[in-house]
Amino acid sequence: MRKFETLTSWAATLPQPNIDTDQIIPARHLKTVKRDGLGRFAFEAARYDKKGESNPDFIFNQSPFDKAEILIAGANFGCGSSREHAVWALADLGIRAIISEQFADIFASNAPKNGMLLITLGRDEIAELMQHAKSKRVRINLPSQIVEIEDMQVKIPFEMDPFDKKCLLEGLDQIALTLRQNAEISTYEARWEKKTPWLFHD
Amino acid sequence: MADPQAKTLFDRIWENHVVGQRDAVTSLIYIDLHLIHELSSPQAFESLALNNRKVRRPDATLAVPDHNVPTTDRDKPVKDPESALQIRLLEENTKAHKIEFFSMHDIRQGIVHIISPEQGLTQPGMSIVCGDSHTSTHGALGAWAFGIGTSEVEHVLATQTLVLRKPANMRITVKGELLNGITSKDLALHIIGVIGAKGATGHVIEYAGPVIEALSVEARMTLCNMTIEAGGRSGLVAPDDKTIRYLKGRPRAPKDGDWDKAVAFWATLKTDAGARFDKEVVVDAKKIEPQVTWGTSPEDVISISGRVPDPTHFENPERREAAKKALQYMGLKPGTLMRDILVDRVFIGSCTNSRIEDLRSAAKVIKGRRVADNIIEALVVPGSGLVKAQAEKEGLDKIFKEAGFEWREPGCSMCLGLNPDKVGPGERCASTSNRNFPGRQGPGARTHLLSPAMAAVAAIVGKLADVREYE
Repeated sequence: MRKFETLTSWAATLPQPNIDTDQIIPARHLKTVKRDGLGRFAFEAARYDKKGESNPDFIFNQSPFDKAEILIAGANFGCGSSREHAVWALADLGIRAIISEQFADIFASNAPKNGMLLITLGRDEIAELMQHAKSKRVRINLPSQIVEIEDMQVKIPFEMDPFDKKCLLEGLDQIALTLRQNAEISTYEARWEKKTPWLFHD
Repeated sequence: MADPQAKTLFDRIWENHVVGQRDAVTSLIYIDLHLIHELSSPQAFESLALNNRKVRRPDATLAVPDHNVPTTDRDKPVKDPESALQIRLLEENTKAHKIEFFSMHDIRQGIVHIISPEQGLTQPGMSIVCGDSHTSTHGALGAWAFGIGTSEVEHVLATQTLVLRKPANMRITVKGELLNGITSKDLALHIIGVIGAKGATGHVIEYAGPVIEALSVEARMTLCNMTIEAGGRSGLVAPDDKTIRYLKGRPRAPKDGDWDKAVAFWATLKTDAGARFDKEVVVDAKKIEPQVTWGTSPEDVISISGRVPDPTHFENPERREAAKKALQYMGLKPGTLMRDILVDRVFIGSCTNSRIEDLRSAAKVIKGRRVADNIIEALVVPGSGLVKAQAEKEGLDKIFKEAGFEWREPGCSMCLGLNPDKVGPGERCASTSNRNFPGRQGPGARTHLLSPAMAAVAAIVGKLADVREYE
């Protein structure tokens, strides 16, 4: 997994709340057996008009935000389906970090497993960031858990799950980590099978 | 008073599944049942193979294709090559790892969240996951069940565990009683309207109170299914006599001596008096009328007697903007009576509402009536082959077909605009599914969520209508 330490980039803003995973990537593009190449479908309905031409009003079609690696979005971002394709599509579009007031649970669980940093901030902080992001780049420092606006004295600290932070900083493979606990899992299984034998069928 | 020793039902299930602590806030959690479908699993199996990893508990895993299977012409090959490949890979991957697979031609095939309770695989006190957000459905039987992404699917395949932070406890107590013609779908939509689309984010909801106790197990499934639309990854109902009666004799329910042991264990699965919840909501069921959505989030919901709201009346500026956008997408004007809204398509199906009770309630309204002329297509898609067979045994298929409905093969169908069943651009669909997101049922599709009986009435009237006037 790609490591995340610091990032300085233009930040695209999508202020509306409840941007669901069907808007991030419609279900019809889920008929793939691969993880890559989904960026072209990200925000498809908003990004292209009916003829498939770029919609100039959509922020990802405007320079310099077409190269944004940071997205600042309205509350409840990623609600709806569990599709990890939403994270894959955003990552393929170039997004490495998303800042919002609140993320949907499953999206929040999927993102860090793909090296994507999610930052939850307060309503006022988001409003301030969105305002400045129009003309300034945003800087994220994961080790010190700070979001800054370039050339300004604004420093916003953020909270972070310690395990997600460790995995992002070190680019850890979570499955390899858990497999190291194999003996512990077997001990648990023996205990649980004694209590609920009907859940084991071997 | 909150008793610090008292536990919630969810606390109990969580504690039962802790393998160990990862750090101060993260635990390794054991998974009892892993359900798999064709859409969210191919990348997980690919990565498993690349890393030369095995499936730890094939016996605790079941696979079924449901999302992209066509609902017609089951005897012919799947036309869409991408869908055909996903279905074929599911079969091959599960075969290679000795995981049980219900093929499209097996009568037990159907929507994953319909078939697992139907087989008796979903049981109280279990931890259940699936790469699908509507896994919350299984909570109706007192299981802790939640949707996961593909990386987590792979994690469960390889380790039978997940690394999790414990979600918070929320209780929704439903008092009073549901009035005539009001279903658990109306209750679910009403609750989402009250607490909002992120009202339960980070929480497991336990549904409690006399109305929940009075609901059938199937009706509880509809309620738990919709929990994710309020942001909650899982919804739960404590197991009771109805749960036990529902499970008894099902093919995968505990057998012989295990049955009594299991029933004794299930009896321990409840919330203690005085247990602390992080959030509590009380809902009065008597105030609930048939519910219909008007916008593009399940929280955009109103009674059928109401009018399309005026966005300028919302106090919150974001909500105002969102409502304005939603009405534009939906092609609706503020102040329009909901019952004046014409409908083009009707869909009765999905993991929310495709069980036998759903079909019975729709058929009851439809019997002896005809689908209105303005309806382009009215679909009934049973949730499983077994639901379909039962409905046919009861003659429900004839009622639907004689009224002008199409009677289809089981699958996710028109819920998500992925398989051949779609709503066209600008078309309006009265749908028993779970999401009215923009583009959900097809690009430009306009969705109104409602109960099966309300969808049936919409088909007959050709407009959104009040089921209480047609019973």
